[in-house]
Amino acid sequence: MTKAMRSPGEAHHEYRETRGFASFDDPEALSYVDSDGNPNFALIQQTDEFRVLRRRLTTFIFPMTALFLASYLTFVLLSAYAKDFVSTKVIGVINLGILLGLGQFVTSIIITLGYARYAKRRLDPQRKLLAEMTGVEE
Amino acid sequence: MPTTGNPVLNLSVFAVFVLITLYVVYRFSSRNTTASDYYAAGSSFTGAQNGVALSGDFLSAASFLGISGGIAAHGYDGFLYSVGWVVAWLVGLLLIAEGLRNTGRFTVGDVLAFRMRQRPVRAAAANATLVISFFYMIAQMAGAGGLIALLLNVSSKWGQALLIALVGMVMVLYVLLGGMKGTTWVQIIKAVLLLLCVTMMSIFLLGKFGFSLSAIMQQATENNKLGEAVLDPGAKYGFSAMSKLDFVSLALSLVLGIASLPHVLMRFYTVPNASEARRSVVWATWTMVIFYLCTLVIGFGAMALVGTDKIAAAPGGENSAAPLLAFEIGGAVLLGIVSAVAFATILAVVAGLTLAASASFAHDVYANVIKRGNAEPRREIRVARLTAVVVGILSIIGGIAANGQNVAFLVSLALALAASANLSTILYTIFWRRFNTTGTLWSIYGGLGSCLVLIIFSPVMSGARTSIFPDVDFAWFPLGNPGLVSIPFSFLCGFLATIFSKREPEMDAKAAEMEVRAISGIGART
Repeated sequence: MTKAMRSPGEAHHEYRETRGFASFDDPEALSYVDSDGNPNFALIQQTDEFRVLRRRLTTFIFPMTALFLASYLTFVLLSAYAKDFVSTKVIGVINLGILLGLGQFVTSIIITLGYARYAKRRLDPQRKLLAEMTGVEE
Repeated sequence: MPTTGNPVLNLSVFAVFVLITLYVVYRFSSRNTTASDYYAAGSSFTGAQNGVALSGDFLSAASFLGISGGIAAHGYDGFLYSVGWVVAWLVGLLLIAEGLRNTGRFTVGDVLAFRMRQRPVRAAAANATLVISFFYMIAQMAGAGGLIALLLNVSSKWGQALLIALVGMVMVLYVLLGGMKGTTWVQIIKAVLLLLCVTMMSIFLLGKFGFSLSAIMQQATENNKLGEAVLDPGAKYGFSAMSKLDFVSLALSLVLGIASLPHVLMRFYTVPNASEARRSVVWATWTMVIFYLCTLVIGFGAMALVGTDKIAAAPGGENSAAPLLAFEIGGAVLLGIVSAVAFATILAVVAGLTLAASASFAHDVYANVIKRGNAEPRREIRVARLTAVVVGILSIIGGIAANGQNVAFLVSLALALAASANLSTILYTIFWRRFNTTGTLWSIYGGLGSCLVLIIFSPVMSGARTSIFPDVDFAWFPLGNPGLVSIPFSFLCGFLATIFSKREPEMDAKAAEMEVRAISGIGART
């Protein structure tokens, strides 16, 4: 959870001058939604809630991507350049390479389920919070 | 080669299936009134339904016929395809699905042009989509031709060409009638049938060999001229330094290309929101894992029971492994069923592809570039249907030219193109604020162009016995798959073109909107 929860009012004062998103009639009634009912994206982008969401998302997906690509490329490169090693028979005629390949299936399942779980616990609640705070229908 | 099964029986199983699916398509077509219905099925599918349809898009002829055939012919090297196909889903899940769903409406162009100058980027995205879909369609058409040739035991090149043309026309008919909703239902039906089919065959095979994969592989080695070496890497690749690089290049294209294919990307629009998009990828991952485990069993099973030499000699070549195995274990009836399912598979995938290509032309080029966003929706759909016909005809011609090549290999070329043109651009546009119109155009055209050039001058096109044009030799690029070069090249193009061109401050508002929408889903189309 974020420590620095800001009320929408404070955020407006901070960004009104520099960003120029004030409405014509009543600056105090300014909100995350403009008079046409469209979300004020530039303002939302600056909130702590959005930054937290962004950070939580990227700190999961980029390292995970690096991880599965590394594991896949290891399998591929071993198959191409360490033929004798992956040809080692393990169970009957099933060799290490086939098992490493099947291992990729397992890591794929683990990462998929891990992400689904992470998204449910860490991303979706934050999205909901952000939607409530900005008053924008998700 | 004796006739495989009874052509009359084979054909009647076929006809029944085609009629059933045509009926389904027809029933859902009555609701195809708006552009959103036609392109994205009104975003009305649930994550689970869409997940099955999504895997349906990928459990294609290439997967079923090509990969099991690849394993039956080359053992370990064919298995690489199975692994690549599964792992590739993670790219879709982690990097692409949700952001795309939140920022686009119908096509890849919607996302790529979101915060860029509309017309050039949409035109570029549409060009890329058309080229990629065309290559992918060629593979499906070649697969269909081989399959029907096997069923009807047609071995003359002209006869097969005629069959490809007929099959192609039936497929275009599906799209014209059904739009996305009809296509999605065909995908769902077909994916379920295909999964049942491969699971049953695998369980049967395993049962026959005492539930030991090792025993199947043991017998497989006795029916392959390489013997036990076929279980090791290198049966197809790996004899020289260059072919090892080719193997790596193929692997890279597989893992990065699959989730960049336009018709797969478009699939993320048929769900109501991003969490359903995520759910559909999770579903798809499960069905994929089961399916590709089965291809391993079926591939080695075909090698064990049918034998590599017999497969290579059959009409359709390597692509005939699974149907031949079906005939071997279940006679004419199982062959009929497996072929019908395989045919439906091709049908559904081609329908999805044609739809992606026609949507991209009608929505991006016609409605947004030519008509500058003021196209009448009904006319837009008409243009989409017309494009479907043109794309269909072109790919029939291409399919006839590529007849006899392993379809999984042909698909890998489409994947290299997709990864080169789309992946870099999508990732930059979602995650890199500085990215601009110039960068977008460079990464699309740089990736697409370099990839096309390298394919044209590769051994796939000319200079080798297995080339599409074996009698001439203009090949100077040594790799069969260009991904290793063209994918990094497109990332580099996009990066350099962006940092050496002006920022686009007028696009800041759109950029903010895109980032907020992609990540939080706020303001996304519901």
